[in-house]
Amino acid sequence: MTHDHHHHDHDHPHGSDLTAVEARVRALESLLVEKGYVQPAALDALVEMYETKVGPHLGARVVARAWTDPAYRDRLLKDATPTIAELGIGGRGGEHMVVVENTPEVHNMVVCTLCSCYPWPVLGLPPIWYKAPAYRARAVIDPRGVLSDFGVGLPETTRITVWDSTAETRFMVLPMRPAGTEGFSEEALAALVTRDAMIGTGLPLSPGAEIRP
Amino acid sequence: MNGAQDLGGAHGFGPVRPEPNEPVFHAEWEKRVFAMALAIGFTGAWNLDGSRAARESLPPAQYLASSYYDIWLEALEAQILANGLATREEMATGRAAEPPRPLARVLTADILEPRFRAGFPSDRDPEGPARFAIGETVVAKVMNPVGHTRLPRYVRGRRGVVEAIHGAFVFPDTNAYKQGENPAWLYTVAFAASELWGPEADPAGRITIAAFEPYFDPA
Repeated sequence: MTHDHHHHDHDHPHGSDLTAVEARVRALESLLVEKGYVQPAALDALVEMYETKVGPHLGARVVARAWTDPAYRDRLLKDATPTIAELGIGGRGGEHMVVVENTPEVHNMVVCTLCSCYPWPVLGLPPIWYKAPAYRARAVIDPRGVLSDFGVGLPETTRITVWDSTAETRFMVLPMRPAGTEGFSEEALAALVTRDAMIGTGLPLSPGAEIRP
Repeated sequence: MNGAQDLGGAHGFGPVRPEPNEPVFHAEWEKRVFAMALAIGFTGAWNLDGSRAARESLPPAQYLASSYYDIWLEALEAQILANGLATREEMATGRAAEPPRPLARVLTADILEPRFRAGFPSDRDPEGPARFAIGETVVAKVMNPVGHTRLPRYVRGRRGVVEAIHGAFVFPDTNAYKQGENPAWLYTVAFAASELWGPEADPAGRITIAAFEPYFDPA
């Protein structure tokens, strides 16, 4: 997509190959740029930032550190935002982080029933299912059913706590460290931490498994 | 508002369908809508609560039938109109017919990373002591404001227990309409699943919300 508004020329209309929404978005961007409200380079940088730089690989580093450093884990559960910042991670959408720990007794799951609040600095932008009605509606009333949609079955004795992100506090789940990972490096551990494990709709991978969301 | 966005506990939406290897965006136009919404939000023409209010103000049938970034686009255009940044005709043509409105700041590529890395905290100095204590039982108010609120319907009138006190935060119900930040104490309040959903709910299940002091009465 070109971002040069000077090409907005009635002799060269934007073309019939654009869908209605594409034409509408292009017109809006041309207008906002011409008005000086937004800069195309900043828009490009925003997209690049959230497509390539900010994502669940950052949250996975936090989890791996917590698995290998008990003092870090303790700080993380007590005061998450500065503890995450120790790894150089933080920012918009994660100004007020809360990390909740899974145990054999308690499983945590995060939702935003009202919109799409999600801890951007550690997980990136949310997947479609997180923003869609099915998850937002059902997570709070039938979390075990939602987990089964993800292929996750928990013991009946495991209690489930669902965290509805209704304010600017943002939640990340600290999953349980998989068995068979004794002596693993932080990097090797981080590779086992999936995005869904940090939302609470999944579990970390077992050693040797392929990477999944 | 009791709009289509308040989805907690609704039935009939079917299973959750995760998309394998999902891309961050599904179309080029989604990228531009996302970036425009963030960039113009940065100017201070409105605030995040106002954006949420605009999105949830879509007619329920439209809201539920729209994709996520369709909703963002609708709300973005509505906010541009409501705040006098452009006219409907200008948005239709994509060309400015009137001079721009002055804005407090513009997002540039060079300040993006440091500015977003620093974040935009919404905690504020409290205006008084917290009314509720950790461990205290509270009742979510029965309230049905026509404007923006962050108290979901499924907890209204229900009893919960204060589990954490986060400090004072910008109050969305007024901030959305530029009627003041009115910092309010923010709590984690935990509800038993059976309190919200009845005796058939998971007996050990719990649901927590992060919610503001004005939403609660003492039990």
